[in-house]
Amino acid sequence: MSDTITLEVLRYHPETDSEPHFQTYTVPYRDDWVVLDALNHIKDHLDATLSYRWSCHMAVCGSCGMMINGEPKLGCHAFLRDYKGSVIKIEPLDHFPIERDLVIVQDSFMEKLSSVKPYIIEDKPKPLEEGENLQTPGQLKVFKQYTQCINCLLCYAACPQTALNDSFVGPAALALAHRYNLDSRDCGKDQRAEVVASNEGIWECTFVGACSEVCPKHVDPAAAIQQTKLSASVDWFKALLLPGEKK
Amino acid sequence: MAKSSKPILWLPFAAGGMASALVTPALIMVTGLLVPLGLMHLSYEKMAAFAHNPIGKLILLGVVALPAWHAAHRMRTTAHDLGLGAGPGVKLVCYGSAWLMILLSVFALLMI
Amino acid sequence: MSRRPYVRQIERSWWLSRRRYFVYMMREATCLFIALYSALLTDGLLRLSQGPEAWDSYVAAISSTPGVLFQLVCLGFAAFHSVTWFAVTPKAMPLVVKGEPVPPKAIIGAHFALWAVVSLIVFIAAGI
Repeated sequence: MSDTITLEVLRYHPETDSEPHFQTYTVPYRDDWVVLDALNHIKDHLDATLSYRWSCHMAVCGSCGMMINGEPKLGCHAFLRDYKGSVIKIEPLDHFPIERDLVIVQDSFMEKLSSVKPYIIEDKPKPLEEGENLQTPGQLKVFKQYTQCINCLLCYAACPQTALNDSFVGPAALALAHRYNLDSRDCGKDQRAEVVASNEGIWECTFVGACSEVCPKHVDPAAAIQQTKLSASVDWFKALLLPGEKK
Repeated sequence: MAKSSKPILWLPFAAGGMASALVTPALIMVTGLLVPLGLMHLSYEKMAAFAHNPIGKLILLGVVALPAWHAAHRMRTTAHDLGLGAGPGVKLVCYGSAWLMILLSVFALLMI
Repeated sequence: MSRRPYVRQIERSWWLSRRRYFVYMMREATCLFIALYSALLTDGLLRLSQGPEAWDSYVAAISSTPGVLFQLVCLGFAAFHSVTWFAVTPKAMPLVVKGEPVPPKAIIGAHFALWAVVSLIVFIAAGI
């Protein structure tokens, strides 16, 4: 007699469904399986119509984000053994429109990400003869944790402000902006401020902190945003009180 | 999108958050426990003397105004969280109540 | 095949759906009691400006049973505010000393120590 576990998966096929609905599947229970293995079993053996994103199966690509019993998690990072004895409820990531089954529409995030200018911005072009940018290990340490984001969107699913305001730039994008603002090779903080320090940027955040709690790579976007609030406020007052000063 | 002027609301909010975190519990213990229990006495003479002093006035104002502003800004954002919106009415009630307390305190301190 | 993305609406009771959101809302709710206590202090300043009789009746009011009960509720929320505020200081103000980051517990501990010192100053100032 082999062990099994039950999954309730949210289904939505726009061509036939007016609304999403749950479908129940019973899959083999294996101690070393993750939720993604269970979904792959469903697709391979039970129901080929189930759609979901996945790739690396090792928590580095950020593709398989989903709600597992109401918590934003990577499907490859949630072990069946932690849910043994109960039904596992699987839904697409919160706060995003559902494209199909567990696939969400992430176009808004892609726009928000590029809007923060996530690349090194130099104040003047550097000729090749001057050589490469030099950076000490200490300078790298300052921003390294904010480079670890895999764009899995768990933070957006956890953040209530992204639900309350569609145009909130959001944790991952703001953490990435912080990564570049802290990089010693970058001079683009002011250019990014148009978006980052706007009402839809850092100022929409109320430091719920859920984003950092669910982040699988320990990026800590909440910290990034609070630090940006402080530096943006100082910059704002500096601009107000010392208007002529060059930054 | 343009740079927001939120810093003018947020820096005092942050200062008030730190001030209220450090000072308010002890103050409430004084007014809410030690004085009612008779373990401390806030006599008129002592309080008026403290409030006569310009530094005393500043301290008393800070201890009222900073937490009031912190609370006002937090109430405004919480109203939005609770689905009460972010309109001018909410802002008026929240910041207005803080301004009222600040102005009344300034008025009272100038009269002492 | 045509696309018809389905948008799920957030509920007004979203903050009741998970423990972490409820704790967040309780943290935010501390502001109501900080505001009410500030109102109580404002009233005190006004009564102080009106003379000894007005001040004495204020002290009697804050020493009354409802006055004390109200302030005890405020105290609970104020203390919760302090604890949650100090807990997030390492995130908002990370410190680096001689190239090494200061451990978060040290930053939080320093704030608690400051809290104790400031409280002592308040007690001494009120007690003199």
